[in-house]
Amino acid sequence: MLPAPFEYHAPHTTEETLELLDQLGDEGKVLAGGQSLIPLLKLRFASPAHLVDINKITDLDFLEERDGTLRIGPLFRHKSAERSSLLASRYHVMADAAPQIADPIIRNRGTIAGSVVHADPSGDWGTVLLALDADLVLRSKSGSRTVKARDFFSGPFSTTIEPTEILSEIRIPAAKPQSGGAYLKLERKVGDFATVAVAVHLQMDDGKVRSAGIGLTAVGPQNLKAERAEAALKGARLDDATIKEAAALAAEAAEPKEDHRGSVEYKRNVVRVFTERGLKRAYERARGGG
Amino acid sequence: MGQSITVTVNGEKKTAEVEPRLLLVHFLREKLRLTGTHIGCDTTHCGACTVLVDGTPVKSCTMLAVQADGQQVTTVEALAASGTLHPIQAAFKQEHGLQCGFCTPGMMLTSVALLQEKPDPTDDEIRWALSGNICRCTGYMNIVKAVKSAAAQMKASAAVPEAATASARS
Amino acid sequence: MAVETPLKGNIGESIKRKEDDRFIRGRGNYLDDIVLPGMLHMAIHRSPFAHARIKSINTDAAQAVPGVVAVVTGALLAQHKLAWMPTLSGDTQAVLATDKVRFQGQEVACVIATDPYVARDAAMLVEVDYEVLPAVVTPQQALQPDAPLIRDEKEGQTSNHIYHWEAGDKAKTDEAFAKADRVVKLDTFYPRCHPSPLETCGIVADVNSATGHATLYMTSQAPHAHRTLFAIVAGLPEQNIRIISPDIGGGFGNKVPIYPGYVVATAASLLIGKPVKWVEDRSENLISTGFARDFHMSGEMALRNDGRILGLRVKLLSDNGAFYADAQPTKFKAGLFHIVTGSYDVAAAHVEADGAYTNKAPGGVAYRCSFRVTEASYLIERLVESAALEMNLDPADIRLKNFIQPEQFPYMSATGFEYDSGNYPKAMQLALDKLGYKELRKEQAEKRKKGELMGIGVASFTEVVGAGPGKHYDIAGLRMFDSAELRVHPTGKAILKLGVKSQGQGHETTFAQIVTEELGIPAADIEVQEGDTDNTPYGLGTYASRSTPVGGAATAMVSRKLRDKAKKIAAHLLEASEADIEFDHGKFFVRGSPSKSKTIQDVAFAAYTNLPDGMEAGLEGVTYYDPPNMTYPFGTYLVVVDIDRGTGQVKVRRMVAVDDCGVRINPMVVEGQLHGGLTEGFGIAFMQLITFDEEGNCLGSNFTDYLLPTSWETPKFEMGETVTPSPHHPIGAKGVGESATVGSPAAFVNAVIDAVGHLGIRNIDMPVTSDKVWAALSEKGAAE
Repeated sequence: MLPAPFEYHAPHTTEETLELLDQLGDEGKVLAGGQSLIPLLKLRFASPAHLVDINKITDLDFLEERDGTLRIGPLFRHKSAERSSLLASRYHVMADAAPQIADPIIRNRGTIAGSVVHADPSGDWGTVLLALDADLVLRSKSGSRTVKARDFFSGPFSTTIEPTEILSEIRIPAAKPQSGGAYLKLERKVGDFATVAVAVHLQMDDGKVRSAGIGLTAVGPQNLKAERAEAALKGARLDDATIKEAAALAAEAAEPKEDHRGSVEYKRNVVRVFTERGLKRAYERARGGG
Repeated sequence: MGQSITVTVNGEKKTAEVEPRLLLVHFLREKLRLTGTHIGCDTTHCGACTVLVDGTPVKSCTMLAVQADGQQVTTVEALAASGTLHPIQAAFKQEHGLQCGFCTPGMMLTSVALLQEKPDPTDDEIRWALSGNICRCTGYMNIVKAVKSAAAQMKASAAVPEAATASARS
Repeated sequence: MAVETPLKGNIGESIKRKEDDRFIRGRGNYLDDIVLPGMLHMAIHRSPFAHARIKSINTDAAQAVPGVVAVVTGALLAQHKLAWMPTLSGDTQAVLATDKVRFQGQEVACVIATDPYVARDAAMLVEVDYEVLPAVVTPQQALQPDAPLIRDEKEGQTSNHIYHWEAGDKAKTDEAFAKADRVVKLDTFYPRCHPSPLETCGIVADVNSATGHATLYMTSQAPHAHRTLFAIVAGLPEQNIRIISPDIGGGFGNKVPIYPGYVVATAASLLIGKPVKWVEDRSENLISTGFARDFHMSGEMALRNDGRILGLRVKLLSDNGAFYADAQPTKFKAGLFHIVTGSYDVAAAHVEADGAYTNKAPGGVAYRCSFRVTEASYLIERLVESAALEMNLDPADIRLKNFIQPEQFPYMSATGFEYDSGNYPKAMQLALDKLGYKELRKEQAEKRKKGELMGIGVASFTEVVGAGPGKHYDIAGLRMFDSAELRVHPTGKAILKLGVKSQGQGHETTFAQIVTEELGIPAADIEVQEGDTDNTPYGLGTYASRSTPVGGAATAMVSRKLRDKAKKIAAHLLEASEADIEFDHGKFFVRGSPSKSKTIQDVAFAAYTNLPDGMEAGLEGVTYYDPPNMTYPFGTYLVVVDIDRGTGQVKVRRMVAVDDCGVRINPMVVEGQLHGGLTEGFGIAFMQLITFDEEGNCLGSNFTDYLLPTSWETPKFEMGETVTPSPHHPIGAKGVGESATVGSPAAFVNAVIDAVGHLGIRNIDMPVTSDKVWAALSEKGAAE
C-alpha cells in the first residue's frame, strides 16, 4: 500500500514547529520516528493533510537526569534507551521494556514520546510511564502544561494532547537507592504487540514498600495503572502473601477483551502471573540483585 | 507538490524532485534504479527494504524520501563498490546464508551495522539483531553462521588496512 | 577473504552456489525490478465483503484521476469472454467479479495508470454498490441444507458440495477394525495458512499490438504450463506467448496458480498497447492468493493390544474457498493425501474426502508439500502419538514396532502407493541417539514430579514426491514429465536448459553438478538456464519436490545420451573400437591403457571439428523424462519443549532432524533446504494462521497478524542423515525441498502433547499458541 498525498514540513526549531502546528490545527500531524504513523499512512488508516517532521530538530533527542528528575526528549529513540547504561543501572523497568519494543530496526527510528502519543493500548511505553508515575510536558505556541501520565491516556489511540501541542518532555522522578523494576511482556514473536505486559516499579525503604507502580499493557482501552494493587503494596513487606494479593488486585484491574490472542480469563491470568513475577524481580533488583 | 531533496546515496550526491509521500524505498528503486533493496510487506515487519541511513539500519518502506534529505544512505550496491566483496557478502556465499536472495540485501546491511557495534557477537546477539529481518528460505541457521564467519574475517583482516576499507564504508 | 573451493562439482560436493554472486551484490533480477519503456501500473479494487451481490459499479471518479489510463471491470472483460477463467482443478474462477463477490478481497476492478501511487489512489475511488449476503465461513456450515448457495452461477450446482473422493479398501478396513483390540480416534483441524514467500506475486505484461506477441514476465513456478493455460484462457496463439520467469523471491507453492491479476494485466496490455505491471502488496498476497491446508480430519486407528496397527480410517472435509482452484493432479481430488499410512505397515486403510465451497479465498496450493502430503503426515503422526498415550507405550517404541521394514521395499501400501526404498528404523535410531532420548525421558520424569512440563515429540514421516508418472499424474491434462536440454559447446563449456524453475533452491548449481558427475565438465563451466519458455524445453515446473526427481533425472539422462555420442567420437579420436572405450569423470580412455585418453573437452571440440564419417555434428541433446514411479523421502524428527504453566508459552529447547532423501547432490544445499523447511514447519505449528471472523473478514491480512518466525524464535536445528538411494532414479536422489515442512509440524505438536498428555490432554490444534495451551492446562486444573 502507498500513502495518500500530504504536505510535508520539516521545521528546524521547536518554535517553528509550534507555530506550524498552531496554523495547521486539526490538519497537522507530528512525525517523530514514524514507525507507527507511516504504516498507518500506507494502509490509509490515517490521511493527514500536513505532516510536521520534527527529526531535523536535533536537540530534542535527549535523556538526562537533572534536579531529581529523569528527562526524556521527544526524539529520544528506543535504540538509545536499549543502550543506555543509566537506564540499565537504575531504571530497570525502562531497560527491560526497551529491547522488547517492536524489532531492532524499528527501534532504531521509533521514539518513546511518539509511542506514548500514539497511545496504542497495546503499546509498552505508556504502561512503563504509568508505573513510574511520570509527568508529561505538553507544549504549544501559547505555553506549556504538565499532566500526569495517568491523566494523559483517554482511550484507544486517544490522549488529552491537542493537535497544536507536542510532547516536549517526559519527566520521571529520579530513581533512588533501593528501587527496582521489571517489565514482562508476552508476545507471540519478535515484532508483535503485547498480548499482555506488566510494568512494575518498586521503591523500597528498609524492607518495606515505600511506593509501588504497576502498569498494564493491552488489557484495556488504554494502558492501565493498577492503583488498588499499588495501594495494597504501600507500606507492606514483600512476602508471598502480599505479592499474591497485589497480583490478584492487578488482575482485577485488567479489563481485557477476548480476541485471537486469547480469552479474557487467559489474559487476566497472565496479568496475575506477570505481576507476581515482576514484583519478585523488581524486589530483587531493589536489593541490588538481578 | 514536488519537493527538492539531496541525498547522498552510496557516496554520491543525488538531487531529485519528489512527492512528499514517496517512500524512501521507491526513491531508491524507481528514481535511482537501485533495485537491490526489496519490498516484502506493507507493515514494517519483513526488513527486506533495510538500508543504512547515516550508518543505522532503517526500513526504507517506513521512511519518506523527503526525510532522507541531507542524509547518507547506503544500499547493498555499495558493499562491493570497489569490486571486492565485503566480508559479509563473501561470508553469506561461503556459509550458504541465502537461497532466493530476496531478504539478503537487508540481512547483510543489518549485519554490517551489527558488526560495527559488536565486532564479536555471540549467536544469540546475532539472532537478536537480525530479528527485524525475515527470511523464508534459510531458517536463519546459515545466516548466523555467515555473520560469525564475517566477524572472524573482519577481525583477522583488521590489521591489513586495504582489507578493512570495504567494511569501513557506510 | 574466504578461499574459493577447488571442488569440481561432482555429486556429493558442497560447492558454493553460482547464483549467489548476483544476489549478494543486489544484482538479482526479480519481477518488480523489471521496467519497460512506457510501462503502466495496475492496482486492484477488491471486495470488502465476503459475500455480496454487485448492484452497480461506478468508475467515473477513478477514471477522472489525472494519470489514469483505463479502469477495467468484469463487464469489459466479459465482452472479451475473459470474465471467468478455468482453475487448475477443472472449476472456473472469476477474473473480475460481475455478478457477486464470493470472498473478501476478491478482484472487482483494475485501474491502469502511469504511476503506481496514482493507480492506488484511483482504485480507492471505484464505487461499488453491494447487496450484502450471508457469508459461509466453514465447510460444515457450507454443507448445511439451508446454507446460502455460493456458486449460484454454475449450471447444475445446487449445493456447496464440490467433490467426493475415496481411496483404499473400505471392506477390508472395516474387517480390520472389527478384529481390533483398541480403536484410537483423533479429530483434528489443519488450519488455513499461507506460504508467504518474501516476494509477492506479480507480472509485467508486454503485448506488442503490431505483432500480437505477448511477453509475460511472471513470478511463475511453472512457466511452460502457464503459457499453455494462457493460450487457452486468453485465446492467444501459443507460439506468440513467451513467459519469462525471472529470479523468484521464494515460491513454496504460492506461485503455481494463475491469478486474476495476471490475466487482467495481460488483457490491459493487449487493449492499451503498452506494458502493464502489477505487483501485489502483502495484504493482497495474503487475502487473495494461494492459501494452503484448511483440512478437517477425522482419523481412526485400529490396533492390537501390543500396539500393532491393523487399520486406518480417515474422513476429510476440505474447505476450498469460493472457487475450487487447488493445484493438484487432476485425478486426485484430495491430492496425495492417501499416503496417510505414512511410514507404517498398515494392512488396511480407507480414506473418504469431501470438499465444500465457502466464502473464502480460493487456492489450495501445495505449500511446500507434494499435494496434501503434509496434512496426511500430520494426521498419522498425531494419531500414533494418541495411540501411544492411550496404550501407555513409548512414542518411539510404537513406531519401531510398526515401521515398514527395510526388506519389505518395494512396498505396496494399502492405498496403492509403491514405496521405492527406505530404512526407517535406522533413521529413527540415529535421531534418538543424537538427541539422547533415554536421558531426556529420565529428565522429563524428574521434572514431572516437580510439576514442571517438558515434552519430547517424535515424528517419523514418509513423503511421496516427484510426480509423474505421467499416465497417472497430470495438471490440467498436462502430463507431469519434465525435461532437460544440454548443449556442449566446442570449447567444452555447456548450457543446460530446464523445464523446471528455481525459486531459491539453487538449480544453477545442483543441476550443473549432475552434468559434472555424468560428463566430467566442471560445474563452473556449465550455465543453467530456466524460466524462459522460448529458450527452454517444455516442463511442468517446480513444486511438489519434483525438480530433482524429474528434472534432475532428465538432466542425468540427457548427459548420458551425450556421453554415448561422445564415446563414439572418443573411439574415433583414439583410433579404437567403441566397445573398448571407458569413461571416468571426464576422461575417455582405451581399456587397459588409461594414459591414452581424451578429455570431454577434446571430444566436444571434435564434435564440431573432427567427426567420424557419417556422424551428425554437434554435442547436444534433449530428454523428456517421465518417471516410472514417485520417490519416497523419509526421516525422523525429534523436538524437546518446555512449557510455562503460568502463560502457556512453549519454548522449543532442541530439535533433531534426521533426513533420508536418497543421494545428496550438494549436501550444503540439501541442509539449507531442510533448515528452511523446518522453520516453516515451526511457523505453521506455532503461529502461521489465516483465519476469518463470522462475516468472512480475513484476520490474517498482513504480517501484524499473519506471524512469521524470526531468527529469535526459530529453534537451532541439529541435523543428521541416512542415505537410502531411490532405486529407480538415475542418480538415486529423492527430492528434499519439502520433507521438513511435511514432517515437522507433527513433531512440534507431539512434543507439546507429550508434555501434557499425562494430564489427559490429547489434542491442541495448530497453531499451538500459548493461550490454547494454557486453556487446555486450565481445564485440567494444571495451570499456574
